[in-house]
Amino acid sequence: MASQAHNAVGSPIERREGGAKVSGGALYATEYTPPGCVYAWLVTATVPKGRVASLDTAAALKVPGVLAVLTPDSAPRLADTDDATLAVLQNSEVPHHGWPVALAVAETLEAARAAAGSVGVAYETEPHESVLTEDPPGAYTPDEVNGGHPTERRRGDPEGRFAAAPVKIDARYRVPPLYNHPMEPHGATASWRDGRLTVYDTSQGADPVRAVLAQVFELPEERVTVVCEHVGGGFGSKGTPRPHVVLAAMASLHVRRPVKLALTRRQLTELVGHRAPTDHRLRLGAEPDGTLTSLIHEVTTHTSRIKEFVEQAAVPGRVMYAGANSLTAHRVAALDVPTPSWMRAPGEAPGMYALESAVDELACALAMDPIELRTRNEPDEEPDSGRPFSSRHLVECLREGAKRFGWAERDHRAGVRRSGAWLTGTGVAAATYPVLVSPSRATVTAHPDGLHVVRINATDIGTGARTVLAQIAAEALGVGAEAVRTEIGTTGLPKAPLAGGSSGTASWGWAVHEACRSLARRLHERSGPLPPEGLTASADTRGTADAESPYARHAFGAHFAEVGVDTDTGEVRVRRLLGVYAAGRILNPRTAGSQFIGGMVMGLGMALTEGGRVDPASGAFLGSDLAGYHVPAHADVPEVEAHWIDEEDAHLNPMGSKGIGEIGIVGTAAAIGNAVHHATGIRFRELPLTPDQVHAAGRGLV
Amino acid sequence: MKPVSYVRARSVEEATAAHAGRGEARYLGGGTNLVDLMKLGVERPEVLVDITRLPLDQVEEQPDGALRLGATVRNSDLAAHPLLRDRYPVVSQAVLSGASGQLRNVATTGGNLLQRTRCAYFQDVSKPCNKRVPGSGCAALDGVNHDHAVLGHSPHCVATHPSDLAVALAAVDAVVELAGPGGGRAVPVTDFLRLPEDVPERDTVISHGELITAVVLPPLPPGSVSRYRKARERASYAFALASVAAVLRLEDGVVSHLGLAFGGLAHRPWRARRAEAALLGARPTPEAVARALDAELAEAVPLRDNAYKVSLARDLAAQVLGSLTATA
Repeated sequence: MASQAHNAVGSPIERREGGAKVSGGALYATEYTPPGCVYAWLVTATVPKGRVASLDTAAALKVPGVLAVLTPDSAPRLADTDDATLAVLQNSEVPHHGWPVALAVAETLEAARAAAGSVGVAYETEPHESVLTEDPPGAYTPDEVNGGHPTERRRGDPEGRFAAAPVKIDARYRVPPLYNHPMEPHGATASWRDGRLTVYDTSQGADPVRAVLAQVFELPEERVTVVCEHVGGGFGSKGTPRPHVVLAAMASLHVRRPVKLALTRRQLTELVGHRAPTDHRLRLGAEPDGTLTSLIHEVTTHTSRIKEFVEQAAVPGRVMYAGANSLTAHRVAALDVPTPSWMRAPGEAPGMYALESAVDELACALAMDPIELRTRNEPDEEPDSGRPFSSRHLVECLREGAKRFGWAERDHRAGVRRSGAWLTGTGVAAATYPVLVSPSRATVTAHPDGLHVVRINATDIGTGARTVLAQIAAEALGVGAEAVRTEIGTTGLPKAPLAGGSSGTASWGWAVHEACRSLARRLHERSGPLPPEGLTASADTRGTADAESPYARHAFGAHFAEVGVDTDTGEVRVRRLLGVYAAGRILNPRTAGSQFIGGMVMGLGMALTEGGRVDPASGAFLGSDLAGYHVPAHADVPEVEAHWIDEEDAHLNPMGSKGIGEIGIVGTAAAIGNAVHHATGIRFRELPLTPDQVHAAGRGLV
Repeated sequence: MKPVSYVRARSVEEATAAHAGRGEARYLGGGTNLVDLMKLGVERPEVLVDITRLPLDQVEEQPDGALRLGATVRNSDLAAHPLLRDRYPVVSQAVLSGASGQLRNVATTGGNLLQRTRCAYFQDVSKPCNKRVPGSGCAALDGVNHDHAVLGHSPHCVATHPSDLAVALAAVDAVVELAGPGGGRAVPVTDFLRLPEDVPERDTVISHGELITAVVLPPLPPGSVSRYRKARERASYAFALASVAAVLRLEDGVVSHLGLAFGGLAHRPWRARRAEAALLGARPTPEAVARALDAELAEAVPLRDNAYKVSLARDLAAQVLGSLTATA
């Protein structure tokens, strides 16, 4: 065996399925067409609250090729589920605009769509409230917030120390509803045969889908197969089963044929989750030397009437800066809106936008370099828990980024760099994201021909999971990555957690590493040829991966942005983005770089172009397709650089890695917002920074 | 399912006859807007008359120096045409600022003028919209109207016309040539597109059966300069929050010709006749320009979410006129 495995961990190898994807060979959930497959199309509620008074399916059932129209009266009964968003077509209640009220099934997609359009629905409506206001009536303090974090944490005397602080910032920031909008819309192909359910789904985890389908259809899990071979992005919106997969399975049960259901782009935003809008009040108190004496971050957000999801946007304040006086708290109002859910870096992305904007405001108030201010408040231990950090290299990221970006030459005065109508500026912000990890199983088999096959129900949502797991296996086995095949993406494989919380590679890789080490030991101990079926080892990291750590474990990063602001139009154009990350060991620089850059581009959208709009009259997410909801186009995305520092951390997992899928978005919006302030001298506190507000505020600047 | 019949026209006469002869007919050019709207249930034609094979795909110079743009010339080809780039930079710039590269490769000149508003309520068949269902009401009037009109709207409709090209065409006094069962006619583009008044379902003055065959650009005054500028929410593939097309000629420092049009502000490109009149014969000093633009925009009536458009349009126009003055 080679001592230095070829293409093992740390090598920038290309993703294995890249060729299949760009040539169209990779199949996604709704590209499977079992024999006899038919098509479903959803009818969704057009009112924000009330109930379906009557459903007229007569015209729909006359559409040639129609097999059925499922309604609450005719649809299969589902067993109770903990997730109310999945209890579809079970009663006539309408909890929000876009809620499923019927499902047409037909021999062709066109017939299904036509039938859906022919269903007559009459509603009884009730008064509704769908727009989050600054102080919403009925807002309450939840028991906990997303991620199981406490809703409120208080240390010391934050209000008193804030009142007494010689320098203080008291500011409100707003982040609008945001949509995940993965490239591949949500869809599923479901079929029943001999009491077994097989589903091709687009999900971040096939095992959680299987568990839920088994529960709602009251089947043993062994009789449910879920395949997620290729998944075109999720960003959290595929983190748990969403209604489409339940509907496809219901329809298939009802018509006794395989059924394919794909949601439209507009249906997505109301059925698969969104980032809830957040209203932030940030109060920072400091000594004249920049020492923080008080940090108060209060968040108000919305959830739906049927399920509580609370964006944990005040949580980063528990991690970031030293100080004995702090309050971080959340309030939530249940409105007549679609149910919010995870979207890339839930909590951290909006929370760090607000916190890092306020830190920048404080630096301006102190006339201090914002990097110096952050460095001065670097904690020795996690402020909230008192636990030591397993590793924390935020200051190194800031310094490395400053060097690469050319920060030293920055003139800190705001609003003074003009070239014609353009004002330019630069900004910096910090980023953080927790290290999460879950137990997983994996097996690996050494075959006589020299091939090693890793089996694990991991999901590749576009990150390169197949590739990096092969690299981890190769390193543990001491072979080249080309001698490893990875089989992932179906419930027939050893059980594994979902691709979410930036925890996939750590969780799966840990089990793969353990299985491969075990196999390597056994291979070492034996002699002679392998049996024809090969030699298999397995691992299960329950009890190790989920063991409580005495350490506070987080990735950190620093974001730098340069913007130009056109004072004629109020258009903000990002010219440069640069991120430096401390995220443990980088397992594959190529695929990791793509994830960092992708996160930064998504953060650019959050900063400048993306904002969901709620129609007050109907509670609809208006204009939510890709023409109306502006994710950045290529022309918006300039030079983007992602770098990282070598970080060794023995308290993580056998690979020494931290998650990298989400931290790229976290500080980007604040860095861009801070750069806009540096350019214009005006502080904008409501995302996105679109021409309407920038132009209106900036009139007369040039 | 609603069946659609499809006719591929081999001549203009065949096209207009096919369109006029049957029920609800639509001409199919690039289909970039029409097909979207059919999928959404907004457009429900019974007949599609495919005009993409008609011999209307040329840009031709006329004996009088005018440029005749065939109705089926693709946007990309139009924007890149040397004569257009040379003589009508404002038109080429406007085309390139619209849609995306992929859309411009299929969208046509005539179709660009006939595209429907992108008002989100118009596009959602579950919402009231007088343009889609006359008499059903206007949901945008008191709804989310950030992108809507500030000029020339009515209580029946506050939608804007989405085209960039049309704004430039308005500024250069382009004329739309129509063929119909009863013969042909020519209509200035500023009259071709209409304000909503109390019939918002009618975007244009086109009659049943009539087909746009060409758009004719008259020669611009010698020595004139032109420019198009657009403010939008992302750098590509976004409609104008406000835009400005201008053609300016100065003689001895005095305005001897001005064509000025706004996009994104109204149900059609807004030709700024009042501002033009105020500046004609005057020196276009920043103060004179500001006065003229203020006079033009004084009649703006912003809605709840779109007051920003008035100052944005004013500043954009001042910038464009300032830059043209510097180069004229």
